[in-house]
Amino acid sequence: MIYTQSPLAIGLFFAFVIFVLGLSFYMARRTTSSAGYYAAGGNIHWFVNGIAFAGDYLSAASFLGICGMIATSGYDGWMYAIGYLAGWMVALFLVAEPMKRLGKYTFTDALDSKFNSKGIQLMAAISTLVISVFYLIPQMVGAGVLVQPLLGLPHWVGVCIVGVVVTIIVATAGMASTTYVQFFKGGLLLVFTTIVVGGVLFRGLSTSPDQGGTKDYHAFQTLTAQVAADGSLQVSDPAFAAAADWKTDVYGTAGFVKLVSNGVESVWKMNEGTAGIQLDETLTVNTLADGTKLYNGAAKEDGKFFAVGHIKELKVNGQNVAQTGAVGPLAYLSAIKDSTVVLWGKKYLIDGGNHIEVYYQKPTAGSRLLRPGLKFKVDNAAPIDKFNFISLMLALFCGTAALPHILIRYYTVPSQAAARKSTIVAIAGIGFFYIMTLFLGLGAMTNGVINITDNNMSAPLLALSFGVVLFAVISSIAFATVLGTVSGLIVAASGAVAHDLMDNFLGLHMTDHGKVRAGKLAAVVVGGIAIYLGIIFEGMNVSFLVGWAFAVAASANLPAILMLLFWDKTTSKGIAASITVGLVTALGLILISPDMWVRYGLLPNDAPIAFNSPALISIPASFLALVIVSLLTQKRGAEVTEGAEA
Amino acid sequence: MGHGPAVKLGKDNAQAYKSRLGVYLFIVYTLFYAGFIAINSIKPALMEVVIGGQTFAVIYGFALIVVAFLMAIVYNSMCNAAEARLNK
Repeated sequence: MIYTQSPLAIGLFFAFVIFVLGLSFYMARRTTSSAGYYAAGGNIHWFVNGIAFAGDYLSAASFLGICGMIATSGYDGWMYAIGYLAGWMVALFLVAEPMKRLGKYTFTDALDSKFNSKGIQLMAAISTLVISVFYLIPQMVGAGVLVQPLLGLPHWVGVCIVGVVVTIIVATAGMASTTYVQFFKGGLLLVFTTIVVGGVLFRGLSTSPDQGGTKDYHAFQTLTAQVAADGSLQVSDPAFAAAADWKTDVYGTAGFVKLVSNGVESVWKMNEGTAGIQLDETLTVNTLADGTKLYNGAAKEDGKFFAVGHIKELKVNGQNVAQTGAVGPLAYLSAIKDSTVVLWGKKYLIDGGNHIEVYYQKPTAGSRLLRPGLKFKVDNAAPIDKFNFISLMLALFCGTAALPHILIRYYTVPSQAAARKSTIVAIAGIGFFYIMTLFLGLGAMTNGVINITDNNMSAPLLALSFGVVLFAVISSIAFATVLGTVSGLIVAASGAVAHDLMDNFLGLHMTDHGKVRAGKLAAVVVGGIAIYLGIIFEGMNVSFLVGWAFAVAASANLPAILMLLFWDKTTSKGIAASITVGLVTALGLILISPDMWVRYGLLPNDAPIAFNSPALISIPASFLALVIVSLLTQKRGAEVTEGAEA
Repeated sequence: MGHGPAVKLGKDNAQAYKSRLGVYLFIVYTLFYAGFIAINSIKPALMEVVIGGQTFAVIYGFALIVVAFLMAIVYNSMCNAAEARLNK
């Protein structure tokens, strides 16, 4: 509807996949040992590793999700970026060097470095597997979302392409090829987002965004209406007529009115003012009883469903203007702050057997969208809203340093100093990227490119407004983003199975070659599971699932890592208990949360708990479990941890 | 067992110093981040106040990103200096 397939995009996409596979097979010839497979031989340069960190971290959720959320909810989307970046300070200051010092291939190694405890090996491996799989689902779903506009293929084909390509990458060469794929992709992502942001600033702001003169923006109509003495609605344009029961039908009770013009139905938002009723044009997706979907009353291919995103009133230095021309980054933000931007609300209506999604205009002051509060309820918030907000920000802060695919990257560099330096490169790259995302999101918000039914595509569609070449490149990079992140996760998961569970926990004592083979086999199995889950979770919100993964990682892993390093009374049973309690509490609270209740087809208010973000309970619970169990299992002089020197 | 570093690491006499420095800097940044959350939870309207042409939310957000990078640079140079001094 909003986009059509481009041969260039398809060509670039396949060129990239072939390049990545070629790189992978080349690396495979050099990967014969388990150190090579799981840790790239520990020989990656810190700068390459730092950019690869950025590549790992800037997943589908960061690139597509955050830009889409900023485009539709303003600053609140950027809050995720701020939380994600702040989490790197935990990684740098507390975790980077000790992880490098204590571990060999996996995060379990570091936790178990002094204990050789079966409990730690089992629980840490399970936690790695659970978090990796949770993180894999949104990536696979993101792949499916991307492949539809890029290649014109159905969701499941996208998931299968990613699954198969990544499994080949991982099963052939492990961490070495994964690292170079991430380096390549992370670098391209930084360069090309900068180019798009440069384009956004050069183009400036306009009340009728015509995408650089290439495409007219749909001018959303406004009509006026009066209520006649007999109660009927008289529309200013006589071509439109409302039904007699316009006030009491499903539309009227929800603040809308259905009008008919030349046999075509449309839905309008009613705004009552002193001069009568103002009717604003909406966008609708109507799912008929037989499953047919109509976009603004017509089939998808007819192109009646418009891209959105415009400024209603543009002000520069207190003056109303039609366009700004090229502006600097601060002037761009300042102009948005002083202007009124049209955001979009959404309502579900049921009219007979038809299910209708109505998207309506919400003119919003720029100063309001450049501060939190449009998505998260912070103004006059109830205590439970505040709890949810603080809990989410805590999960983002604590989750980064506990993600298994991030932690294993500390084993690919040769020294502690290199681990530290690569984290700083990551912070620079990721911080720079997140500043760019603010402009990408606001650019999409004001350039008439948003597909309001799926804001995940906002960044690639913004690129499309600068021409198909940039769209092709950005889409290929976005796809590579998924490929790279999935590769890292599968290496982490395969390490947990082959190294932690099979070799250490079960004591199979495999040969070095056997360990590599077991890892590759595990990669294929985990890849298969990821493909399956990516298909069945189609349509599930990507950032929702990433939020889960962060909350679970922060609860299960971080307390164990920090206490091992900084509390000398920590015992192996304390660590195992902490991981178990963190994992079970976080997962349990998520499963009984209002958001999940909706997914079970139940009413959110009937959920046993009123909050969606578990971190504020599950992280302290995990710490508490560690402290209590450690104190109960002290052995005089027997267990001394690395934390003693801190 | 299969534990221990993937590559052989030399003895690091600066370890305790770096660890302590990391904790101090972590506390500083955490307080900075906590301030952001606290303002949003307690007095969110403050985020809309305009300072120097930008909302306070934009300024605080940029500051959280830029300060993170600057603190990382400072931490790294202090660690480098300590490693050079103590690992002679």
